[in-house]
Amino acid sequence: MSKHQSYWSANLRLVALCLCIWFVVSFLFGIVLVEPLNRIQIGGYRLGFWFAQQGSIYVFVALIFFYANRMSKLDRKHGVHEDDE
Amino acid sequence: MTLQAMTYLVVGLTFAIYIGIAIWARAGTTREFYVAGGSINPVANGMATAADWMSAASFISMAGLIAFMGYGGSVFLMGWTGGYVLLAMLLAPYLRKFGKFTVPEFIGDRYYSKTARIVAVICLIIASVTYVIGQMKGIGVAFSRFLEVDYDIGLSIGMGIVFVYAVMGGMKGITYTQIAQYCVLILAYTIPAIFISINLTGNPIPQLGLGSTMAGSEVFLLDRLDQVLRDLGFLEYTTNVRLSLTNMFMYTMSLMIGTAGLPHVIIRFFTVPKVKDARSSAGWALVFIAILYTTAPSVAAMARLNLIETIEPAPGEYMVYNERPDWIRNWEKTGLLAFDDKDSDGRIQYSADEASNEMTRVDRDIMVLANPEIAGLPNWIIALVAAGGLAAALSTAAGLLLAISSAISHDLLKGVFRPEITERQELLASRLAMAGAIVLAGYLGFNPPDFAAGTVALAFGLAASSIFPALMLGIFYKRMNKEGAIAGMCAGLGVTLLYVFQHKGIMFVASTSFLGDMTPNWFLGIEPNAFGAVGAIVNFLVAFAVARVTAPPPEHIQHLVEDIRVPAGAGAAQSH
Repeated sequence: MSKHQSYWSANLRLVALCLCIWFVVSFLFGIVLVEPLNRIQIGGYRLGFWFAQQGSIYVFVALIFFYANRMSKLDRKHGVHEDDE
Repeated sequence: MTLQAMTYLVVGLTFAIYIGIAIWARAGTTREFYVAGGSINPVANGMATAADWMSAASFISMAGLIAFMGYGGSVFLMGWTGGYVLLAMLLAPYLRKFGKFTVPEFIGDRYYSKTARIVAVICLIIASVTYVIGQMKGIGVAFSRFLEVDYDIGLSIGMGIVFVYAVMGGMKGITYTQIAQYCVLILAYTIPAIFISINLTGNPIPQLGLGSTMAGSEVFLLDRLDQVLRDLGFLEYTTNVRLSLTNMFMYTMSLMIGTAGLPHVIIRFFTVPKVKDARSSAGWALVFIAILYTTAPSVAAMARLNLIETIEPAPGEYMVYNERPDWIRNWEKTGLLAFDDKDSDGRIQYSADEASNEMTRVDRDIMVLANPEIAGLPNWIIALVAAGGLAAALSTAAGLLLAISSAISHDLLKGVFRPEITERQELLASRLAMAGAIVLAGYLGFNPPDFAAGTVALAFGLAASSIFPALMLGIFYKRMNKEGAIAGMCAGLGVTLLYVFQHKGIMFVASTSFLGDMTPNWFLGIEPNAFGAVGAIVNFLVAFAVARVTAPPPEHIQHLVEDIRVPAGAGAAQSH
């Protein structure tokens, strides 16, 4: 496998992982499983409602920075990073 | 100082800043005009993207929508933020690596086809023009409500301001004004929210206040809200599903995919120096957006509770109409709030029951606009909210206008009709296209077409069903060819438009709706606004099917795809 191919498949694996988390916190926790999760109460929030209106957004932010950070490392590891001017 | 004078002062001051930036950030080359020279710091670009993204609708209307939809309003919160995850991982870095100026340019090059480029320009222009009408209306309304000038005069002033900095500075001027506009709008949004949260819960952080107990009580705010709504005969706030969970799922998905496919957002990521910056800049954009989007649900719930408790301070004890607070008198004058004392007892009852409900009109926009008055905040904060609403509308309008004008001058004129024009001529053409786009948007703002109300949903539907799949396949599926991409775009667009039009009427003229806007006729119970995701699926399926039975793309296109997948060499790709 060439250098670029192994870089690309590592990228695809990382994207797949991040999008799984993205799907779970919003579509699963916030919508599909909202009723069972709402039986759990954290402070004044029902958990499903919290994921739908707060939690999913915090996870989205964290996911993008996690992805950006891991990709910078992958870029270097595979020698495809941009020149540092 | 009177509120009126204060509002003029604050709004005037912000406008002076925008004009000052315009003079300082003039564009000298097409590269500066289209992508701000590709030299914007990723954090600064994140802030500009946030202002670009958050429109009059996000600033003024969203919290009010959530206040009346409760849990169902979550589709906007998740949909309009989750799209940035898709953008950061599936589009932005690769399109930045491609290193050109517009979204149709990528589609034209990747699918080696002027037809594909023109189809993309058409999708872009329909999506952006429909979106810009809403911003123009927002500018006119904000002026007329806060500064008490005519809607038309307000709109003209707004157009004049955008004209100065967008025509002179292009993307460069727009970027720096958007940064200033973000600061204005976020202060205007969060300051009243903090005070309301302190008033109701004692917690200064609205995001935490929403999950706290009411000040001086052991009852949680959300439990209290659920309780009072149940007592009034409404559905519970925290479990009020919009139509069905399937519909909410599809609605959220449509908004996410649509967000990632909106050209005026995508082109913001062409302005950063590197591929690496495009990734982190999407994260920063979402940080700045999340500050408003996580505050909005608190504003929504607290404003709803405040409103109910003003009308019914204690169970069974209703507000005496003649003793109503000043803010109610003020907003009654605008017609956005109206009462009808049906049983003539001098008191106002609020209830889910149409027959006995006496608060006959509550415009959802009041939830944000009247917030500082409800909380009894000083005049300068009310003035700041006016400036914030204008900043939100102006920044989004400018971003959309740039997407439209660059599609015309760069994609149609330079790309298709007159490839021989020089850099200087193209720069002049882009300024003229910008001026033309502003005049067109202004015309549509003065004479809003009948279909204006449904148009923002249409913009998301189009972006989701046509632009997003074409871009994503172009990057992730090397075998995708021009036949597949064009067929996919047309199919996705066609299915979405057909579904929206058959239920809402052709161009939203209700009488031409051939299936009627009735829930039983909806496919799987999905409302027309939520159909973009289905359109996107159709696009993907048609594109795959057609690509499999037609010739693979030429060798040099496959090399192009390999090249955009790796960050190295972005510097070389930048230079034309």
